[in-house]
Amino acid sequence: MHSFGYRANALLTFAVTILAFMCAIASFSDNFSNQTPSAQIQILNINWFQKQPHGNDEVSLTLNITADLQSLFTWNTKQVFAFVAAEYKTSKNSLNQVSLWDAIIPEIEHAKFWIQISNKYRFIDQGHNLRGKDFNLTLHWHVMPKTGKMFADKIVMSGYRLPDAYR
Amino acid sequence: MDWQGQKLAEQLMQILLLIAAVVAFVAGYTTASFRTMMLIYAGGVGVTTLITVPNWPFFNRHPLKWLDPSEAEKHPKPEVAVSSKKKSSKK
Repeated sequence: MHSFGYRANALLTFAVTILAFMCAIASFSDNFSNQTPSAQIQILNINWFQKQPHGNDEVSLTLNITADLQSLFTWNTKQVFAFVAAEYKTSKNSLNQVSLWDAIIPEIEHAKFWIQISNKYRFIDQGHNLRGKDFNLTLHWHVMPKTGKMFADKIVMSGYRLPDAYR
Repeated sequence: MDWQGQKLAEQLMQILLLIAAVVAFVAGYTTASFRTMMLIYAGGVGVTTLITVPNWPFFNRHPLKWLDPSEAEKHPKPEVAVSSKKKSSKK
């Protein structure tokens, strides 16, 4: 502590170390938040359902997505990334997961929403297994923090079924 | 700074930074504002820097007693004895 530079260096190092601890505790405090998200997805319409020339099935859907993700936001949340995936089983794969829609929710005000769109990303199978297929629509989310650990979870909604024949 | 001053400066620095961190965290957590926590902590770091880094007079209350130059002449530095054994010839 004998010189200006020495004291400045010691102060800066200690300040940054304490800052790291504060961020770690802030991230840890996320574990105590009470999270009660809810969501509903309706398939309004099957726009078309075809077998592509190269042999894979493809379907286009119009979805109505309603969700309330406001309880996921804490003081340490930067944004929430949400996506909807169609999940189903085939003889070739025990789990197929096809992302149909995603969004970045930057603020808590935007976290309670209702949206009606056709699928943002194409729903293409590996093969032609989609006729009459039962599938789940799952809303996944990643809560991205300002500092620390990212939390991810999902809501599985089942009971959806594709038509038995191409349209 | 004298020795006591240096010790005081180090202790003050550590205590002030810890207090700033605790106040900042509690304020940020209770207002659910990360930004508040960062701003209060940055302010605390700034204040601590102003208090502990510059060479303020209150850090120099027990000044070191340096010898007077005339005193130093009365106590000359001892001469280093030159040993002939050290001058071994290397050719």
